Amino acid sequence: MQILDLKGVSKYFGSYCALNRVSFSVPEGSIFGMLGPNGAGKTTTLRIITQIIAPDEGEVWFNGHPLRADDIGLMGYLPEERGLYKKMSVGEQALYLAQLKGMNRKEAMKRLKYWFEKLEITDWWDKKVEQLSKGMAQKVQFVTTVVHDPLLLIFDEPFSGFDPINANMLKNEIIDLKQKGATIIFSTHNMNSVEELCDSIALINRSQIILAGEVDNIKQQHKKHLFEVTFSGSIDAFRKSLDTKTFEITDVYPGQSVHRAVVKILRNPHDNELLRSVIDTVHVVAFREILPSMDEIFIDVVKGK
Amino acid sequence: MEKIKYVIQREFLTRIQRKSFWLLALLGPFVIASVIVLPVYFATLEDKDIKVIAVVDSSRVFVDRIPETKNLKFRYVDNVNIARFIKNFHQEGYWGVLFISHVVTYSPNSVILYSYGQPGLAIKYHIENALKKEIEHRILQANGIEGLDKTLQALKANVNLRMIKLDELGKEKESNTSLAMIVGYVSGFLIYLFIFLFGSQVMRGVIEEKSNRIIEVIVSSVRPFELMMGKIIGVAGVAIVQFVLWAGLTFVLVTIGREALFPEINRGSSNLTMQENVLQSGGASGSLNLADADNDTHENEGNFTARAIFDALSHIDFVVILSSFLFFFLGGYLLYGALFAAIGSLVDNEADTQQYVLPVTIPLILAIYVMINTINNPDSALSFWFSIIPLTSPIVMMVRIPFGVPYWELALSMVLLVLAFVFFTWFSAKIYRTAILMYGKQISYKEVWKWFKHS
Repeated sequence: MQILDLKGVSKYFGSYCALNRVSFSVPEGSIFGMLGPNGAGKTTTLRIITQIIAPDEGEVWFNGHPLRADDIGLMGYLPEERGLYKKMSVGEQALYLAQLKGMNRKEAMKRLKYWFEKLEITDWWDKKVEQLSKGMAQKVQFVTTVVHDPLLLIFDEPFSGFDPINANMLKNEIIDLKQKGATIIFSTHNMNSVEELCDSIALINRSQIILAGEVDNIKQQHKKHLFEVTFSGSIDAFRKSLDTKTFEITDVYPGQSVHRAVVKILRNPHDNELLRSVIDTVHVVAFREILPSMDEIFIDVVKGK
Repeated sequence: MEKIKYVIQREFLTRIQRKSFWLLALLGPFVIASVIVLPVYFATLEDKDIKVIAVVDSSRVFVDRIPETKNLKFRYVDNVNIARFIKNFHQEGYWGVLFISHVVTYSPNSVILYSYGQPGLAIKYHIENALKKEIEHRILQANGIEGLDKTLQALKANVNLRMIKLDELGKEKESNTSLAMIVGYVSGFLIYLFIFLFGSQVMRGVIEEKSNRIIEVIVSSVRPFELMMGKIIGVAGVAIVQFVLWAGLTFVLVTIGREALFPEINRGSSNLTMQENVLQSGGASGSLNLADADNDTHENEGNFTARAIFDALSHIDFVVILSSFLFFFLGGYLLYGALFAAIGSLVDNEADTQQYVLPVTIPLILAIYVMINTINNPDSALSFWFSIIPLTSPIVMMVRIPFGVPYWELALSMVLLVLAFVFFTWFSAKIYRTAILMYGKQISYKEVWKWFKHS
C-alpha cells in the first residue's frame, strides 16, 4: 500500500515555477529518498506534504485519503533549517512541541521519558537550550520529531550539519523506526550518502521528477553491463582471451599479486560468458557487476533529457 | 484551533518568568506614583514654615498693601541702609527682603527679592500679583478713570471661571480641567507606551522564531495564523498582568506616599464629612458649620492643596476610565501587534526592522502630537477625527474620555477599532504566512504587495 501519493503537484512563487506536475508515491513501511541538487524543489515538496504551504495544482493523498489538516499529528518533520527556543529548558520545550503535535501532557511526558532514556539525555531535561552544544541540540530535535510515534517521518537533509556520531545514531534510529513500521522520507543533495538506506527514490531536478521507483529496479535499468574481474596471472593473456566484438576492457588496475580489470559487455550474452572466456587463462579471485551510483544515474538522466 | 492554547500558554509563561518583566513591574509604579505624589508634595512643601519678608518700599506705594497668607508675612521697614540691611536681615529674623524701587510704576524690573532660600513659584506669583494689582489700580486712578476700575474688577471676576458640569440627572459636578488633563495625558501616554513595549515584544518573538530556525518545526504542527494569534494574545496577557501590577502597586505606593507625606489629609477629610452630615441634618446652623469648616481649611493651605488634588482624584470616574483604558489599550495593541508580527516575519534580525517599523510608528507619533493639542482642546475637529480613526483613536480617545465624550462617538470609535483590528490581522496574517519561511533577502514593499495580491 502507498502511504503517500503526490498527483501532479505544482507550486508557483509569483511567476517562478518551483514544482512542475510532480507525481510519485511512497510505499508504506519503506525508506524513501528524494534526491536532487540544491534548489531542485525538494524542500518545497516536503513543505507541501507537511501542509506548511499549499500546492497550486494537483493533490496529495495520505494514508488512503486526500491530505487533511489533522494528518499533521501523524507526521514528524525535521526541517533542514532546524532550531529550538534558546531560552527555554529542554524538557519544557520538548513537551511544548509534543503538545503541538496533539499529544496530551501525560502521554507526552511518558513518551519523552522513553526517548530521553533511549538516547541517554535524561540529565538535560532542565538545561536551557543555549547551554547545549550543537550535537546535543540535534538529539533533542530528533526526539521532538519522533516523540508522537508518527506514521510518516520526514527528514530534510538530515545528515547535513550532524556530526558523525549523531549521523550514525540517526541512521540506526531510522532503521529501527522502519522496522517498527514507520515510513521515512529523506531528502538530500548528497545522493550517494543515503542510497544504501533507501528502498525507493525520486530524482528531482529543476522542479520536475526525472526518475522514480525502487532503488534496485532503477539501478538495473541504468546499469551499463560493467563487470569487475579480479584475477591473478598474465594481464596480456586476460586481454587475449576476450572476444573484442563482445567485450571491451575499459580499465585495468595492475597489482602486485592480483589485478583488477573492468570489462564492458557490448552485446547481450549472459554474464557467465565473460567468466567462461577467462576462467581457463587466469585465476579469477573475484567477480562482480558494477552498478551505477545514484550520482551517475542522475547525470545520465539529466544529459539524456 | 485547539493548539492555539498551547501557543498562548508558552508565550505568556516564558515572558512572565523573565526577570525583565518583574523589573518593569516594580519600576513602572515607582515612576507613576512619584509623578502623582511628588508634585503635590512639592506644591505644599514650601508652605510649611512661616516666612517673614521685610519690605523696603522706596516708592511708599505698597505699604500694608501686600496680602498675607498663613505662611507668608510681610513687615514694612523704613529708613534702612539697603546695602547694609541686605547683609544682615537674616540675623534680624527675616526670611527675605523685598526691595521696591521708587521707579516701580514705570520700570517693571525694579523689584527685587533677596533671600537665602530658594523662593518658590507660589511666592513669586503672590508678590507679583499683589504689586501688579496695586500698580494697575494706581495707574487707573492717576488717569482718573474711576468707573473703569469697577468695570475691570467685574471683568476679572469672570476670568476666574468655575466649571460646573451637569450629568443626565441634572446633578452638579465640579469638573477639574487640569486633573482631567493629567489623567487623559497619563492614560494616552500609557497606551502609547504599552503598544510600543508589547508590540515590539511580539515583533521580537517572531524574529526570534525565525532566526532560531524553529519556525518551520512549529508551522508543521500549527497553522501560521494560529501561531501569530497565539503570540499576540499571549503577549496581550503579559501586558494585562503588567498593567494590573502597575495599577495595583501604584495605588499602594500612592496610598503609602500620601500617608507618609500628608498624614493630616485623612483627618481633614473626616472632619469635612462630619460637617457635611451636620449640614444635611439641620438647616441654618448647618451652613454655619460648613463656613467654619471652610475657614479651617483655609488656615492650613498647604494641606488644602494636597487634599484638593486627592479629593479631585477620587471624583474622577475610574471605572469608566479603567474599562475604556483596557478596551482601547487591547484594541490598539491587537491592531498594532498584528502589524508588528508582520514586520517581524519580514526580517531575519532585529537590525533590519527599521524600514518597516517607521511607517507603523508614524500614526502613533502623530497621535502623540494630536494628544497634546487634544489636552487643551478636547472637542476640536482634529481631536474628534483622530479619536475616531482606528490607528490613532486608542491614544487620542483616551485623552478625551476624562473630559467627557458623547456615547455615540465612543461607540463609533470602538466599533471602528474592532473592524480595523480584524482587517489588519487578516492583512498581517497574509504577509506573515509567506514571509516567515523566507531567509536571507531584503523583502521590498513591492514584493509584499505582490504576495498580497497572489495569496
